[in-house]
Amino acid sequence: MVEWTDFERATIKDIFSKLEYDVVGPATLARCLVVYPWTQRYFGKFGNLYNAAAIAENAMVSKHGTTILHGLDRAVKNMDDIKNTYAELSVLHSEKLHVDPDNFQLLADCLTIVVAGRFGNTFTGEVQAAFQKFLSVVVSSLGRQYH
Amino acid sequence: MSLSDKDKAAVKALWSKIGKSADAIGNDALSRMIVVYPQTKTYFSHWPDVTPGSPHIKAHGKKVMGGIALAVSKIDDLKAGLSDLSEQHAYKLRVDPANFKILNHCILVVISTMFPKDFTPEAHVSLDKFLSGVALALAERYR
Repeated sequence: MVEWTDFERATIKDIFSKLEYDVVGPATLARCLVVYPWTQRYFGKFGNLYNAAAIAENAMVSKHGTTILHGLDRAVKNMDDIKNTYAELSVLHSEKLHVDPDNFQLLADCLTIVVAGRFGNTFTGEVQAAFQKFLSVVVSSLGRQYH
Repeated sequence: MSLSDKDKAAVKALWSKIGKSADAIGNDALSRMIVVYPQTKTYFSHWPDVTPGSPHIKAHGKKVMGGIALAVSKIDDLKAGLSDLSEQHAYKLRVDPANFKILNHCILVVISTMFPKDFTPEAHVSLDKFLSGVALALAERYR
């Protein structure tokens, strides 16, 4: 089981309470599709992903980005059992969506960078460490049920 | 994943905005690295003070960013331009190349906190490619 310090718990709850989901979600997914273009392989039905501007304006990308970010809420509410919280989602990503689990880390890195951009210098090294630890548990849990 | 003309232009444009803050970027990136990735402190066991913002970290951050500035000026041939630095890292410093990726990530996070409007997704992809190229050039002489 993952051990969380009081600082880590407080930091994660604080970040997510201040997040504008419908800005950060779309910005994160859009950035991932631009910075790691091979991730576009999973979004063949999303229409125009031709360049960064098109991706930024794409309504399906925005909607999905918001959905993904809200998906993290479950982990925030269940920090002591993220593994089981995401068991079903892990199966879905493996058996139905066929997403290479390496992509979860790419998206997590983009989220870190977008959150850093929004929080500026309040996103200290210690806050970053807590945030990245949280995301690495999420990433690991999402990849857990792959076989 | 080599650098296109568009990438090189993007990197130079971003550097023209952030270059004067290089020392601050270096200090913040290294300070973050030792906090977020504590295993990286193993390379600094010879310093009495490996805490964020310490004089050693500040000085070393400056040195590292000096290397990045050099890389920007040699962007058309990173392998040749960074050959001496590669030799130093390969034979003297022997930093495991996995750590270049770690430091690169910290540099990107710092730039995002300091220059959120300039660090657009397009700037991000070009800078990420550039820093990956720098890491590759630094590892060139390892084996």
